Amino acid sequence: MVESKHKWKAWLYLSPAIILLLIFTVWPIINTVYMAFSEKYSMMEAFTGKQFTIGFGNFEHVLVKSVGTVGSDFFRALGNTAILCVITVPLSTILALLIAVCLNSIKPLQKLLQTIFFLPYVTNSIAIGMVFAAMFQVIGMAPDGSEAISWGLINEFLKVFGVDSIDWLGSTDGDYWANITVMVVYIVWNALPFKILVLLGGLQGINKQYYEAARVDSTSKFRVFRKITVPLLSPMISYVVITSFIGGFKEYSSIVGVFGEDMNGGRLNTMVGYIYTNIEKKQGYASAAALVLFVIIFIVTMINLYVSKKKTHY
Amino acid sequence: MKVVLQNLTKIFPSRNKKAGGEVVAVNDFTFEIPDGKLIGLLGPSGCGKSTTLYMISGLQKPTGGKIFFGDDDVTELSTENRGIGLVFQNYALYPHLTVKQNILVPLQNLKGENKLSKQEMLERAYEVARLVQIDELMDRKPGELSGGQQQRVAIARALVKMPRVLLLDEPLSNLDARLRLQTREEIRRIQRETGITTVFVTHDQEEAMSISDMIVVMKLGVVQQTGKPQEVYDNPTNLFVAKFLGTPPINVFNGSIKGGKLFLGDSAVLDVPELEDRENVYVGIRPEGFVVDPNGPLSCDLSSLEVMGRDVSVVSRHAASINPVIRSIVDADNKIDPTSPTINYSLKRHKVFIFDGETEERIYFEV
Repeated sequence: MVESKHKWKAWLYLSPAIILLLIFTVWPIINTVYMAFSEKYSMMEAFTGKQFTIGFGNFEHVLVKSVGTVGSDFFRALGNTAILCVITVPLSTILALLIAVCLNSIKPLQKLLQTIFFLPYVTNSIAIGMVFAAMFQVIGMAPDGSEAISWGLINEFLKVFGVDSIDWLGSTDGDYWANITVMVVYIVWNALPFKILVLLGGLQGINKQYYEAARVDSTSKFRVFRKITVPLLSPMISYVVITSFIGGFKEYSSIVGVFGEDMNGGRLNTMVGYIYTNIEKKQGYASAAALVLFVIIFIVTMINLYVSKKKTHY
Repeated sequence: MKVVLQNLTKIFPSRNKKAGGEVVAVNDFTFEIPDGKLIGLLGPSGCGKSTTLYMISGLQKPTGGKIFFGDDDVTELSTENRGIGLVFQNYALYPHLTVKQNILVPLQNLKGENKLSKQEMLERAYEVARLVQIDELMDRKPGELSGGQQQRVAIARALVKMPRVLLLDEPLSNLDARLRLQTREEIRRIQRETGITTVFVTHDQEEAMSISDMIVVMKLGVVQQTGKPQEVYDNPTNLFVAKFLGTPPINVFNGSIKGGKLFLGDSAVLDVPELEDRENVYVGIRPEGFVVDPNGPLSCDLSSLEVMGRDVSVVSRHAASINPVIRSIVDADNKIDPTSPTINYSLKRHKVFIFDGETEERIYFEV
């Protein structure tokens, strides 16, 4: 224990971090809660000193009244987010695990490949989004409406296998699942580097003797992976899953990167997108939606922690 | 299953390519391990004993030479197919599996005609667990066991598939002194009961001497001497082996041979009529080779006495001694006056070894 007469020193050393946290994290959180429960909150009116009635009006708007309104349906945003999470988190985790195991088992070029796999992580997500948009590019539909005319790399590639061009980025009336496919490919590709890095670090921390012992006992490669690698890596895997669920719920900029700010007429809007579109004029709605998002992330993370506690071997 | 090592050599390439100089870890090792015996590979760290063990296991490939299990040449056979059991220095128990699951792993890997039913696996696992006396710990995780218990689990895991050869890498080094004594007896017992040819590596000569049927003393990758522990102790072929075996260690002196007599400094201590004159020799005398004798030829300055009941350990000094002090162990019946400034000894001929001053090889004389 620090002697009491020196305690002020401890606070002094902590103060820069504490002050910054108070200003930029704690105060905004308190403010968000206040705004969420202030009916018809408007920042302009707040400056004039107007008092707002406290109530659930904002939540009512977000969860009930917005339903069905084109482009600003909260549940549509929630649905999009959930679909992206449920598909991309397992997919990217499994892919990252396989790539990390492969990377770990090769000696030559390991560092070079590691660097290549890490490149997406250090690249701006809007820029990557534009590249993806170009790859999936479609100019328009053929006059008879039978197929999309395209010079995008992906459609050119599919043509080799005799697949008709697909209107990947199709706007409001296009194929919704084609849009989602693009997003899934994009998010998985974008999420891989960090996961590979974490899992590779975990793999390299596993004592080599376990593998030697497994060899002595003539354990097959698949059994080694299932019985030794995965369990010993499980703390890392659960870390990766939890953080990527949280990341998935915050998905927004990547969609803007690929589909533009309009997000196909709001059809591909996500939770963060919903909050963001409301933030300029209707801070009350945005705050309420933010709190709902917080509760959802909290519940999902709790479930994650509960499951991983049962399955993780520390 | 006898194990034959033929001209076994392992050379590690140098880390620093510019500086050159590869490391010869094991050099031309030839030895036959008889069936069903317990062999101790003994030497200071860096002598190549572990490398030899790992070459027998197949985890390391020899640079030259051959390894036979019985009549099969296994030199090119991979570890998976050698049918060996290996106990690692740190045991390498899978931390996420229970003791039972750890022991079952080797059985679950059996394929083809050797495949066992679940029931048979469990029976085998419990059988071997009873042998090493851990059958009450089967549902614990390794982290919940003491060092000695983990060690037994590791042995059980190595034994359960009935290996052709059992290999142990420094099996006792992680245990405390009392447990070490106990466990080495256990290893002896288990080896006797199973009759599996066993090789273990240790740097502790006492450990190797006490339980091995045969020991192999190594130094810098070269085998110095092989034989039964007592034979090697009684008849070391060179100064290194003489110094490495025995507690307290052998007393070494600078000596010379003149006119058929062995001199330590100015005192002629032994008659060695068949040896030619030599200026410089090393003389090793086992602690039990000293006899307290008021008329003895070797006169030393008495430092202290340590009474140990049956024996007395006498610490004394002599100008020709290479060790700072001479330790001798004599019968407690000798009444030694602790205040006396000097003590005189005569020597037991068969406890005195003469080594060449240059090569440190043994110079034999008539006992």
